[in-house]
Amino acid sequence: MKRVARVELDHETIPWLLAVAAGTVAPHMAHLPWWLTGLVVVILLWRTGLWQQRRPLPHRGWRVLLVVGCVAAITWQFRTLFGRDAGVALLVVFMALKLLEMNTRRDAIVVVILGYFLLLTHYFYSQSIATGVWLLMMVTGLTATLLRLHGGAQPPPAVIRQAGWMLVQALPFMLVLYLLFPRVTGPLWGLPQDAYTGVSGLADHLAPGSISRLIQSGAIAFRSRFADGQPEQSELYWRGPVFDSFDGQTWRARARPAVASSVPPQIESRGKAYAYTTLLEAHHQRWLLALDVPTVLPAGSRWAPTLEVLASEPVRLRNRFSFESTTAYRVNRFESPALLDEALALPPTVNPRARALAEEWRSRSPGKIVDAALSLFREQPFRYTLQPPLLGRDGIDQFLFDTRQGFCEHYASAFVFLMRAAGVPARVVAGYQGGEINPVDGYLTVRQSDAHAWAEVWIEGRGWLRVDPTAAVAPSRVEQGIVAALPAAEPLPVLVRLDADWLREWRNRWEAANSTWNLWVLGYNPQRQREVLSRFGWADADWRGMSAALAVLCALALAIVAWWTRPVIPRPDSARRAWRQFCNELRRRGVQLRTWEGPLAFAERVADEQPALATVTREAAGCYATLCYGREVDDELRRLQRCRLRLPLRRRCE
Amino acid sequence: MKFRREAFPRWLFRRVPDRQTPIILRQRRIFILPSGAGLLFAVAVALMLIGAINYNLGLGHALVFLLVGVALVAMVHTFRNLFALRLTPGHAEPVFAGEPARFPLRIDNRSRLPRRAIELAFAGQPNVSVDVPAGAQVSAFVSHVAPQRGFFEPGPVTLATRYPLGLFRAWSYPFPVWSCVVYPKPVHRPLPLPTVSGLVEQDHHGEGQDDFAGLRQRQDSDPTRHIAWKAVARRADEQPLLVKQFTGGGTEELWLRWSLAAGADDEDRLSILAGWVLAAERQHARYGLELPDLRIAPARGAAHRAACLRALALFDRSA
Repeated sequence: MKRVARVELDHETIPWLLAVAAGTVAPHMAHLPWWLTGLVVVILLWRTGLWQQRRPLPHRGWRVLLVVGCVAAITWQFRTLFGRDAGVALLVVFMALKLLEMNTRRDAIVVVILGYFLLLTHYFYSQSIATGVWLLMMVTGLTATLLRLHGGAQPPPAVIRQAGWMLVQALPFMLVLYLLFPRVTGPLWGLPQDAYTGVSGLADHLAPGSISRLIQSGAIAFRSRFADGQPEQSELYWRGPVFDSFDGQTWRARARPAVASSVPPQIESRGKAYAYTTLLEAHHQRWLLALDVPTVLPAGSRWAPTLEVLASEPVRLRNRFSFESTTAYRVNRFESPALLDEALALPPTVNPRARALAEEWRSRSPGKIVDAALSLFREQPFRYTLQPPLLGRDGIDQFLFDTRQGFCEHYASAFVFLMRAAGVPARVVAGYQGGEINPVDGYLTVRQSDAHAWAEVWIEGRGWLRVDPTAAVAPSRVEQGIVAALPAAEPLPVLVRLDADWLREWRNRWEAANSTWNLWVLGYNPQRQREVLSRFGWADADWRGMSAALAVLCALALAIVAWWTRPVIPRPDSARRAWRQFCNELRRRGVQLRTWEGPLAFAERVADEQPALATVTREAAGCYATLCYGREVDDELRRLQRCRLRLPLRRRCE
Repeated sequence: MKFRREAFPRWLFRRVPDRQTPIILRQRRIFILPSGAGLLFAVAVALMLIGAINYNLGLGHALVFLLVGVALVAMVHTFRNLFALRLTPGHAEPVFAGEPARFPLRIDNRSRLPRRAIELAFAGQPNVSVDVPAGAQVSAFVSHVAPQRGFFEPGPVTLATRYPLGLFRAWSYPFPVWSCVVYPKPVHRPLPLPTVSGLVEQDHHGEGQDDFAGLRQRQDSDPTRHIAWKAVARRADEQPLLVKQFTGGGTEELWLRWSLAAGADDEDRLSILAGWVLAAERQHARYGLELPDLRIAPARGAAHRAACLRALALFDRSA
């Protein structure tokens, strides 16, 4: 390879580079430290000024000083130079400082490649459709900059159009690679601490306020599609973590050894089995959300003793799971005594008034006890609200007898406490209730605002039964959803409380588009890749086969692009073709047209050398000259074509 | 060993003169490899792929694959930027040794595709970049410093392009049959013309007294009344004095003889003679050239000057 000659940068290419640098850095401003954002802005403005006034770039010493200073500052800010955020900050610094060292084309190429790299880092923070669109625009801009660097001065729209055209040609390669490149489940190495931040979803404990906080988010928890038919709205209880240990304030899941969970539950299904697929957003917990109660679990997951479905790994990525569930069931009629004991355990001394009330019920049958508690909620002036008063140490006592205002976690928690105090095994179940069908793609969308908590009691001979004390207070919560159950003044996110139909429809469309995007762009993992390939009739694709197909398809696409973009040489027009054919005939008879010879001069030479051909050659040359240069053309083309036929046969002329 | 190392490139690049014109660039003649920037790009894309896999970025995969596609497309575009060009070499004008000889090459682009940023250069020589619009012909002048007098054949020219993205470099080694006459490097130091021969009757080097013909640097023997004071005053003060030159009369003849040029060796003498030819021509003298085996009768004008210089260029004592 030849050494790259030092090519000085054209003054007019600098704005291109400044623009793409600004465009690739801009989205990072949101999460960079403020001083770095400021520095980048200052450097960009400074560089623009230098460009405008055609002043020299700062001295090398200054640049070295800036690099050292910035690296030190980043180390101080992030306490490391490695990891996601520090790495992004470093890239941004290099990009900005490279602008101050931009004399040759080589420097400019480094800026463009840094730009490509910075585009990738945006996806650490967002992989939405908008980010995708931004990606396409910036890739076009960066490619146009490369074109401008190597192609010389052209009007900017022409450069951008050509870059866009190249991207269109690159699309087939992208699609083939995207579908067939053997996907690996990451990560390749342990991810830095800061890889996951700002996720929301159900927590691994339940305390007053933990669900009402979640309700504030309109974010999607998961989307499900039923294969055929869907249960009633009031049956849509999506089972999440189960909490069976209470410390007086907070409900938690009891820690159990993994061995204990190997006993499968006894589920007697008494109704229709619903098959459905769930697209679960990453919530970084092991539990999956299944319709109560699941009978068939997705591969790789198992039942916990408390009937929650656990995946083998925390759900770190949006993923798809297929379940079968039944809504009419009897479960674990014969429960292990140890588990029942745990479902009766209460911390001593807290909530004495609730205990005293439950003591009164102890003599009744378990069914009557449940009824007594529910009628307490129904008959006393309890209110369902997102903004209950704060509770003190004996929170359940205060809630049951004083404030009587609460959200689902208050009701579930108080109910389970009463049951346990009255000697009925009970536990709290957290999850989601309800959901909304998106008519655009038929998915049931379940949001964080559908988060809910309810109770389960164990009754001899009937097994675990779901009891939702919230339904006793606000029946519409279960039948129509959170919006109907809460008064209008309660603070709910706008997206959840949408009254205007057209807005709702647009939201549905947007979420359906997002879901498709998620399925194809973000959730395209090895498993999905196999599914897609098997839909194309390729059932057992392994990486070897995929690589081979990849190579073949890429070669094919390359051949198509090469053929499609080949330099097309226009066919000579008919007059020239006829003249050339005539001259070819003459060549066979021993006279060759020389490259510098005009048609008339040629005819004269032919007349000299082969007088037998003189007349017809003169006529042909005359016709051709008229065709090329004449003002009015009659039937010269036909005459010229005929001249070739009028030439004497070769034998005769030799 | 060296022969073997040279043999493969010689076969691959087929460095034999192209006697047939036009030289048409086809697949066999066009080579393409990633450029330095292309390798940097490849490393960056590989790192991006690892990042995308590690952080499981679906869009990252899309970006990486799009960039791979762009690079492949750029390869095709770089190749086609040279494909099917027709090259016709032209005739190079004679130059003096040490000066750059300019070899004209007509590039004919018959396709509907404009070709951009085509760089032409001889090995180790400065390059020239040309754009050839669709259906157009452009003449480029490729220069090569002429090393010594005689016929100069510059060898194959490198025709290369990095357009459109600079990730690949496509090149070809067309080898037009070019040859350029190189005159001896003239010695420009002010030499008194060999007036002693007696063939020149007037001592002002063939100058007349009647018609103003131009200006030249003053020599010690010039009369002071010929100094062009106005011209001197217009120029910066450190410049040498200029004298006006006049022509007239013009029957004088000047013989530039091999025997008069007192040089260290033959090449020196040829240089001195070349300098004299130039000086004599500048002064509009009628001059003849006498070499050991050649005699050119006195005359003047561009054709005569070229004939004399060519004789000096091709002078060969052993022949």
